[in-house]
Amino acid sequence: MQTLDPTPSEPPVLVEEPADLVPPKSPRRIGWARRRRALSAFWKTYRRSRMGMVGLVMMILFILLAVFGPLFVPARNVSVAFATGKPFQPPSLQWPLGTDNFGRSVLSLIVVGSRISLIVGFAATVVTMVLGAGIGIASGFYGGKTDTLLNALTNWFLVIPWIALAIVMASILGPTLLNIILIIGITSWAGTARLVRAQALTVKERPYVERARALGGGDVHTIAHHILPNVMPVIFANTVLTVALSILAETTLSLLGLGDPNSISWGGIINEAFQAGALSAGYWWWIIPPGVMIVLVVLAFTMCGYALDEIINPRLRER
Amino acid sequence: MSDPQPEPDVAELGVPVVEVEDLEVNFKGRVGFFAGLLGRKGFDAKAVDGVSITLYEGEVLALAGESGCGKTTTARAIMGLLIPDAGTIRYRGEPLARSRRGLRGYRKQVQMVFQDPTAALNPRQTIYEIVAEALRIHGVPGGPDAKTEEQLVARALSRAGLRPPERFYLLYPHELSGGQRQRVVIAGALVVDPAVIVADEPVSNLDASVRGEILALLMKLREGSRISILIVTHDLGLAWTVADRVAVMYLGRVVEVGPAEEVLQRPKHPYTKALLNVVPEAGGTERPILQGEPPDPTRIPKGCRFHPRCPVVASGRAERLGILNRCVSEDLALEEIAPGHDVACYLKGLGEEP
Amino acid sequence: MSVLSVRDLSVEYRTTGGDVPAVRGVDLEVDRGEVLGLAGESGCGKSTIAGAILRLLPAKTKITGRIELDGNDILELTPGKLRAVRWTAGSIVFQGAMHAMNPVQRIGEQIMEPILVHGQSGEREARMRAGTLLEQVGLPTRRLDDYPHELSGGQKQRIMIAMALACSPSLIVADEPTTALDVMVQAQVLQLLRTLQHDLGLALLFITHDLSVLVEVADRLAIMYAGKVVEQGGAEAVFHSPAHPYTKALAAAFPAIGDMRFRGRPSGLGGDPPDPQQIPTGCPFHPRCAEVIPACSSVVPELWTAGPARLAACVHVSGAPALEGVSR
Repeated sequence: MQTLDPTPSEPPVLVEEPADLVPPKSPRRIGWARRRRALSAFWKTYRRSRMGMVGLVMMILFILLAVFGPLFVPARNVSVAFATGKPFQPPSLQWPLGTDNFGRSVLSLIVVGSRISLIVGFAATVVTMVLGAGIGIASGFYGGKTDTLLNALTNWFLVIPWIALAIVMASILGPTLLNIILIIGITSWAGTARLVRAQALTVKERPYVERARALGGGDVHTIAHHILPNVMPVIFANTVLTVALSILAETTLSLLGLGDPNSISWGGIINEAFQAGALSAGYWWWIIPPGVMIVLVVLAFTMCGYALDEIINPRLRER
Repeated sequence: MSDPQPEPDVAELGVPVVEVEDLEVNFKGRVGFFAGLLGRKGFDAKAVDGVSITLYEGEVLALAGESGCGKTTTARAIMGLLIPDAGTIRYRGEPLARSRRGLRGYRKQVQMVFQDPTAALNPRQTIYEIVAEALRIHGVPGGPDAKTEEQLVARALSRAGLRPPERFYLLYPHELSGGQRQRVVIAGALVVDPAVIVADEPVSNLDASVRGEILALLMKLREGSRISILIVTHDLGLAWTVADRVAVMYLGRVVEVGPAEEVLQRPKHPYTKALLNVVPEAGGTERPILQGEPPDPTRIPKGCRFHPRCPVVASGRAERLGILNRCVSEDLALEEIAPGHDVACYLKGLGEEP
Repeated sequence: MSVLSVRDLSVEYRTTGGDVPAVRGVDLEVDRGEVLGLAGESGCGKSTIAGAILRLLPAKTKITGRIELDGNDILELTPGKLRAVRWTAGSIVFQGAMHAMNPVQRIGEQIMEPILVHGQSGEREARMRAGTLLEQVGLPTRRLDDYPHELSGGQKQRIMIAMALACSPSLIVADEPTTALDVMVQAQVLQLLRTLQHDLGLALLFITHDLSVLVEVADRLAIMYAGKVVEQGGAEAVFHSPAHPYTKALAAAFPAIGDMRFRGRPSGLGGDPPDPQQIPTGCPFHPRCAEVIPACSSVVPELWTAGPARLAACVHVSGAPALEGVSR
């Protein structure tokens, strides 16, 4: 057979600098440099969103409050047995937000309660995300019978009224903090799963996924390196919104008396106020402040979530 | 045929690397859910229907044909990206394993270059990660003279013409031009030192001006390392510039295969001639253009599958030569008409056109 | 008489990253019954010209110069008049036009739409006209009642051509009309365009990156690089004996089968097209040019005479003024 004689045309050298001037980089350093660049580019875009920045500042304030606030609250201020105030005091210089039926400072209760509300919000979100992303990716990536089955499950969780399910679960499992977190996670992953599944379905069809298979990568490799990084933005934007929803869910459960009675949370404060008849007695300082805090924290996370969504989604569309 | 071309001898073709035998790939026809309940079935499309081709060591084989002729499906079956319904694929004499481990070993040897480099690169990976991907899957080769991952990536990028390689490590695919992206895809294949590269329309999505550079790069790979290249293309002009041998496919079958000079300058199958007629050429004298489009692969014509569009049948010449009956009713296989040149047409041996 | 006359056309896109000059002073002329081929790499500004001719560019885009289409000064028309001119004086066939069809409307209604919009005839006559048009593009009249999904890619592109012909325009702008099509179908569509153009005496501006396609259909060629025309002349002459080094590289990308010079030697152009915001000094092509001389980085070449009825913007052509260090 005749062999061809390819003229070795030298591919273009893009820059005329000798290669040894550039210090060789280790893959680890390359990975970090890449992440730094991606983050700074992301921050540049995020900073332009006013809604996102306001939400972010509020969110940071709430997190600082939850982390450090309780350190400054004297234990007796929130103790039923050792409370120093008289019951049902309206706001004054001594008790800025008044006192409750045991004479505890409502302000101190709110500060301490912020920790539980945020912990439940974040922890339940982790459960939601792990369940939602896992089930969504498995459903979208594997397709076929797996998809049919998981999709049916997702739809079942989507259509069932979550509150009914949560009440049943809480009464069976018992109202501990861990159980509350699990209940919220289990009842709210379906929306995330549906979102992730849709994204996984489109990413799966991209030629670079086929390239990964042609290179010899298995399912685990493909999911870890191609599917997950490309559904991550969707998950990320969704996470922040889910934190807001989880805090609201915790409040709802506590309000219904299904919260952990041993810990103080915003929902719990309102629940106790209701039970003590604060509404009819006109003890507004006991109900309104925790309510406002809930509204503000949910608003902060929602604003951040929408700002993220706005940044991330157009990019997904153009890619 | 007057000039005696130095006929290629089968022995000279060398060592077969990939052998495909009687490959069949069907795509299942789908029907709606309720129609399915009523027992209705979709038509199966025979995308590839009995293809046998061999890729020899160090050669460039072009697989040509219109879209829908099964050339890409054949390439994907060779890559193990889909499971054939029948037939065997052998790599260096060993049938292609279906197990996960077997396939992984095979894929280290056989790498792929894609049509659309933009889509074939993960937008969230840096060039370094893309090129290193195959190394991470297969493990960086060990041994006393082992190179680090970074050295291997740098070498692959340089071989693909992206120099100095360090400059590209941190870039993302969207920061490169189309030609550079295709070089990244090629570097990602080269990094594991494959024996075979399957290139599916490697330049058809690129600007005309950069096509030559990419093809030259592919050609250059054969120097030293004896890489075999299967290039899937619709462009016979491209086959002329790069291929040692050409196989022309029509409706799931190879209808003509042989040395590029033979097939492209002295085509024997009427379909090959028709394809050559549409290669845009300067000063194009009025050449007959085949009308119509290939039939749907769910309804393959009887006999020679090209007969409904065949100009030899349409002009009545087939009838005059007394082969018309066989053309329309008898299926036929490739037959050798000259050493290494096979054609599936009843016209062979009946002389050239007047 | 020229149907389309473009004089000193410049187009700048306004983007968040600053102004991007896409077209930088282009003159073009298309006569009745003539096919002008406009070729160049992606990003050279060829599609921008197509958009400028029918004013289809984003509203903020800065367009200067003069475009005269069938006696209308396009850049000065009022929106109402512009709508009348689109389709009746000039129409366009896009690359992705096959996907631009409404999937839930019958073919016939889609062809009739421009006819009815321009108020040229009533419903019945419009339908008759649509039938005639279908036959002209080589499809049976009964296809009028089909939906787009019932057609193949080549058939859809034929429909798009029929739609472009609907109001008997003087000029058709074809922007990469065959790029997405298969080789055989591409040849069929080219043949059809050529026949229609010849029979109807249309002026055709054919835009593509594929020089070999243009040689088949065009009478004259204009080669664009970095927003400017760098070579102009008869199609055969430009393709076979290119004067500009850029055209030489483009032509070499399409080898003739049987030509042993190309066998085993794919050739192409190194490097990438310049960033429109950072066009090199002097000749914009000089960093990629195989025939570059020192003067190229400072002298901005104009379209100089490069033979009979030939123009090229290169210091090496015969009509270029004497420059220091330039030998021909």
